[in-house]
Amino acid sequence: MGETVKVIGAFDSPFSHRAEVALCLKGVPYELLLEDLGNKSELLLKHNPIHKKVPVLLHGDRAIPESLIIVEYVDEAFQGPPLLPADPFDRATARFWARFLDDKCSTPFWLSLWTEGEVQQGFMKEIKGNLKLLEGQLKGKRFFGGDTIGLVDIAASGFAHWLSVFEEVAGVTLATPEEFPDLCRWGKEYTSHDTVMQCLPDRATLLARFTAKKDIFVSTVKSMAPK
Amino acid sequence: MAGEKRKGLQLLDFWVSPFGQRCRIALDEKALPYEYLEQDLGNKSELLIRSNPVHKKIPVLVHDGRPVCESLIIVQYIDEAFSSSSSLLPSDPYARAQARFWADYIDKKVYDCGTRLWKTKGEPQQQARKEMVEILKTLEGALGDKPYFGGDEFGFVDVAFVPFTAWFLTYERFGEISVEKECPKLAAWAKRCGERESVKKNLSPPEKVYEFIATLKKKFGIE
Repeated sequence: MGETVKVIGAFDSPFSHRAEVALCLKGVPYELLLEDLGNKSELLLKHNPIHKKVPVLLHGDRAIPESLIIVEYVDEAFQGPPLLPADPFDRATARFWARFLDDKCSTPFWLSLWTEGEVQQGFMKEIKGNLKLLEGQLKGKRFFGGDTIGLVDIAASGFAHWLSVFEEVAGVTLATPEEFPDLCRWGKEYTSHDTVMQCLPDRATLLARFTAKKDIFVSTVKSMAPK
Repeated sequence: MAGEKRKGLQLLDFWVSPFGQRCRIALDEKALPYEYLEQDLGNKSELLIRSNPVHKKIPVLVHDGRPVCESLIIVQYIDEAFSSSSSLLPSDPYARAQARFWADYIDKKVYDCGTRLWKTKGEPQQQARKEMVEILKTLEGALGDKPYFGGDEFGFVDVAFVPFTAWFLTYERFGEISVEKECPKLAAWAKRCGERESVKKNLSPPEKVYEFIATLKKKFGIE
């Protein structure tokens, strides 16, 4: 097609990574525009006026927000290895688990890190239960997508690379190899994949940045946790 | 697990659910015969729990014994598994992304805010009213001057939103929002969709939705 491709993203964001990895897997060159989320740019606000969030994919004159929608768009707009299966039932299953990650895992995960005491125990139980359900989808395969990375792997990538960083900063253990053997094995497969490594933020840098922001993270939770 | 897989389509659903109605409309738009199985949500059936073990929610579409869950995923599945009849999603990738974006927006915003409209009072209800007007105006902006959200043809976003039009009366009476006044183009779109067979057949009459919510309010002790 030859049109310019850009990703408005953020260094720390696993959602931003989803957009990037989809493009990398398709072999599509792109320019990464990094946002300071504390001071959002005109460009971001113009192209995602509704949610004002990263990532946003810019393809020619088209703007596509919402990471999972971006992944499906990239799959459909560009040649290259498919990110979703061909069979309609398998596609529905992949979409189900991708949505599960966003709807059922993100929030309890975040809350399990920064709350305390009994409240924290409750969220930890919830996220571990949901991660177990997710792990059940691996069924001995290399990736959720089978032999190659697919939509669910991309959607779950936060739990491959960001999970242990957050665990370290929060002083919390959620997923040990003993309790989650398949999930941890998958995490290693994902983060050591050649193409994925091209767009994974450096772990040490993430650790330093999140450690510096710990107080801010704890304060976000106060407005989120149910009374 | 071996055993007979029931052939054909079954929809596990609850009569007033706008999410279930999305699926019914999509099935009728594609002229697909199916068995409707009303579920008792206070006493969930083994079939429902087995078909949707993760969420235990309706709607669930069972096709040749295999369950598909989550209404928008079901609608996309219907579109893709029965692709010979007219499409609900456009073929252009960008148009598809836009359709998915608005359907996702509707999912994130409408039901939750609508629930707060009738479940709360005082300040939280005022806030919900303000938000709902904003949501409806945003959707009206996305519709623009087109007959349907996707353009000239009834499609994915229309299917995603039209069941909520049966709730406008409830929003009006409990939330004091007039869609006709605030968003006349949206009100006109609702009327236009209401003329389609699939919509006429599957939307709950607005008075029935209102009665249902009024009963729930009494049950929860919200006056």
